[in-house]
Amino acid sequence: MVQPLALLKESPSQTAGPYVHIGCVPNFSGIPGVYEQDLGRSMTNDKTLGECIAIEGRVLDGTGTPLKDALLEIWQADHKGLYNSPSETRGSADPNFSGWGRQPTHMDSGIYRFETIKPGRVPFTDGRLQAPHISFWIVARGINLGLNTRMYFADEEEANTADPVLNRIEHQVRVPTLLAQRTGDAYRFDIHLQGEFETIFFDI
Amino acid sequence: MDNAKPETGAFYPRDRNWHPKAFTPDYKTSVLRSPQKALLSLSGTTSEITGPVFGHEILGEKDNDLIHNFAAPGESAIGQRIIVHGRVLDERGIGVAGVLLEFWQANAGGRYRHKKEGYIGALDPNFGGCGRAITDENGYYFFRTVKPGPYPWPNGVNDWRPAHIHFSLFGHGFAQRLITQMYFEGDPLIALCPIVRTISDQAAIDQLVAPLDMANTIPMDARAYKFDMVLRGRRSTMFENRMEGN
Repeated sequence: MVQPLALLKESPSQTAGPYVHIGCVPNFSGIPGVYEQDLGRSMTNDKTLGECIAIEGRVLDGTGTPLKDALLEIWQADHKGLYNSPSETRGSADPNFSGWGRQPTHMDSGIYRFETIKPGRVPFTDGRLQAPHISFWIVARGINLGLNTRMYFADEEEANTADPVLNRIEHQVRVPTLLAQRTGDAYRFDIHLQGEFETIFFDI
Repeated sequence: MDNAKPETGAFYPRDRNWHPKAFTPDYKTSVLRSPQKALLSLSGTTSEITGPVFGHEILGEKDNDLIHNFAAPGESAIGQRIIVHGRVLDERGIGVAGVLLEFWQANAGGRYRHKKEGYIGALDPNFGGCGRAITDENGYYFFRTVKPGPYPWPNGVNDWRPAHIHFSLFGHGFAQRLITQMYFEGDPLIALCPIVRTISDQAAIDQLVAPLDMANTIPMDARAYKFDMVLRGRRSTMFENRMEGN
C-alpha cells in the first residue's frame, strides 16, 4: 500500500441546456429587473485604450444550421498584452478594460457580436510571443462540456506564421478555422461544431 | 486553508473520461453539436490560467433569494422552500474564494420562464428562476429557492428531466470555467435521464446528487440540501519551468 493522493475529482459537466440565458443573461431572456444588467455585456468604456473592434459570427452545427440558443464567452488581453486578472504577474492591465465578455447568439438570426479592442501579444510558456488571440468558450443545449477555442486575426499574417500554438497544429489545412476575417466594421468568426470546416477546439 | 491569494500555476489536466463525452446519441441534440476531430492539447499559457474577478459589489441584496427576487412586494414564489448550500473546492480540497456562481431552474411545477419554453405547466408570476452568489474566503455559498419540479422534454417520446438546478461556476482561471447541474437525493428520475447518463461513471453521477441536510434545515421555514462542487486544481508555481517574465 502507498499513501493516497487524496485528490478530489472535478465536478462532471452537464449541458447548459436550452435555458442557459435565464441564469447567465436573464435580461436578454425576458427576465428583467432581477439584475441591473447582464454580466459581460460591455467590455470597454470611453477611456479604454486600444483599437476598437467588433467580432461577429455564428455557431454552426453539423448540417450548417446556426445555433440560436448558444452562449459564448471571450477572454483576452488588453492592448498591451496584459490580462486584467490577479494571476497576471507581468504588470497592470488597462483598468478600463475588463477583458471578459459574454454574449448569446441572437434567438432568430443565430448571430453573436462582441465589441472589444484588439488584444496585444502575450508570451507563450517558453517566452516567445504568441500572435494576438482571443480565447472563446462556447456552451449550448447538446454541448455536454463547454468548448474551448481561440480566435486569431487573419490580417496578422507575420505573427500568425511564427505563433507557437498555430505551429504545433499537425493538419495546417485546419488553421484557417481559427482565423477571423475582417469584413466591413467587424471581424467575422464562425465556429463550426462539425464537418469539413470543424473548428479546432482545445483541451486547455 | 483557502486560496484567496492569486496563484499562477497551470491547472491540472481535465479528466475527459469523468466528464461526459461530446457525442452521446441517447441525448439526441448532441449528435450534430459534438466536435468529431481530436482536441488540440494546450497546457496553461497565461491566456488560460488567468481570469477576471467578480467583486461582491455586483451582487444585489436578493440575488441569492429566488423565493423573493422576482416576486411582487410582500409576495413569494410558490413551492417547497429550500436552502441550497455548500462549498466550492478545487481538486486539492482547498476552498475556492470569490467564485461567481450563477444558478437557474424551473419553477415548482417544472416550468421555465423563457421565450422558447413550451411546457403546459403554469408559470408562477412570483418566480423568475435565476440567482447568483460569490463564494466567501472558505469557498462557502448559500441561496434560498423553491424545489424545482421535474418536466417532460422532447428527446425520447417520454423523457422527463429529474428535478435539477443548473450551476455556472467562474473560478480563478478561464480554464476552470464549468457548467453543471445539481440533482436531489432520492429522485427516481435521475437514473432514467439521458442527460444524466451522458456521464458514464456512476461515482461521477453521485457527485452531482445533493443530500437532504436536516442539520441545516430551518424548522418551520425551509429544508436544506448540501451541494459541494469541485473545480480544477492547479500546480504549485514551484514546479513550473518558465522563462522569467512569464
